[in-house]
Amino acid sequence: MKLKSYVSLFLLAGLCAGASAQKSAVQSIEEYRAMLQDGNPADLFEAKGEDLWKQKRGPKKATLEQCDLGKGPGVVKGAFTELPRYFADTNRVQDLESRLLTCMETLQGLNAAEIANTPFGKGEQNNMTALATWISAESKGMKFNLSQAHAQERTFYEVGKRLFFQRGGPHDFACSSCHGQDEKRIRLQDLPNLTKNPGDGIGFAAWPAYRVSNGQMWGMQQRLNDCYRQQRFPYPGFGSDATIALGVYLGVNSQGSASVAPAIKR
Amino acid sequence: MADPMRIRAQAAGDKATVRVLMSHEMESGQRKDAAGNTVPAWFIQEVSATLNGKVVLTGEWGPAVSKNPFLQFTIKGAKAGDKVGVTWKDSKGDTRTDEATVS
Repeated sequence: MKLKSYVSLFLLAGLCAGASAQKSAVQSIEEYRAMLQDGNPADLFEAKGEDLWKQKRGPKKATLEQCDLGKGPGVVKGAFTELPRYFADTNRVQDLESRLLTCMETLQGLNAAEIANTPFGKGEQNNMTALATWISAESKGMKFNLSQAHAQERTFYEVGKRLFFQRGGPHDFACSSCHGQDEKRIRLQDLPNLTKNPGDGIGFAAWPAYRVSNGQMWGMQQRLNDCYRQQRFPYPGFGSDATIALGVYLGVNSQGSASVAPAIKR
Repeated sequence: MADPMRIRAQAAGDKATVRVLMSHEMESGQRKDAAGNTVPAWFIQEVSATLNGKVVLTGEWGPAVSKNPFLQFTIKGAKAGDKVGVTWKDSKGDTRTDEATVS
């Protein structure tokens, strides 16, 4: 009897070892991400962004604290999960980064066109990313709820949808080539299907994010720019209507999903 | 002036877990820029931690440590209210010290 129980114990141990050996690649990556989560360097950018928001800068020596991100001047909490949206003062639909650009110009007197033409990761663009990181963090865990009340917002959704499926470039690629079906991946990266709601903290709900592989903090504008780079399209302009329209399409599709930004990526 | 570190220190029982996130480029000296020139090495060489001013950890780091490094360690005998300080010095001689209170 005693021997028998030993045998079953061994069997059990054997089974456990077998189960852990069969851990899928996806599970291993999940574990790796979970390990990184505690100590996400996005925290550093978040702190920098908060500082920049309250700092007097530009020719007008003003802070951004009066910036209206859609919920009234200075209201930051919850603003991120309702962007992009229509703004009456600029008479256009704006995402977080293009709205910040407006505020930096009107409140601080900085040159918006010059900042938009600065390459990612250089000069004022670094400040832009830090600000976007902090503002997104203030809405962490909140659910996306983009307005489709204004006619322009509905137009942007339709334009974004069309851009998402528009094939072109030397590879005849579209956003939908990678993000139009379930359970696809590139190497070990799972590709979310962005034509429908991908769920909490996936796709639109996971940017801005820190990329461990290159040690860079990326906002949504840079993420979309990189999609176009991979498609070998010409780069879209920073804060251009095309990128904002794609943002509206992805954001409206993510309706009700919780934001985890600033996230951490491979 | 280097950007500040993020230090969190949490007491549990008779020890405290300290998590430190440092903001540093950590250039290994092995990379080349777009023009093909070597990017000069620039990394944290010395790290030390103190508990209420008394040194509890010292370390020598090299170019293999990642950008924006994360350091975690436990201090025996630390309790809520104690002050934890962390200092680093890099290969350019630049240094930064930040402090946090154990919670």
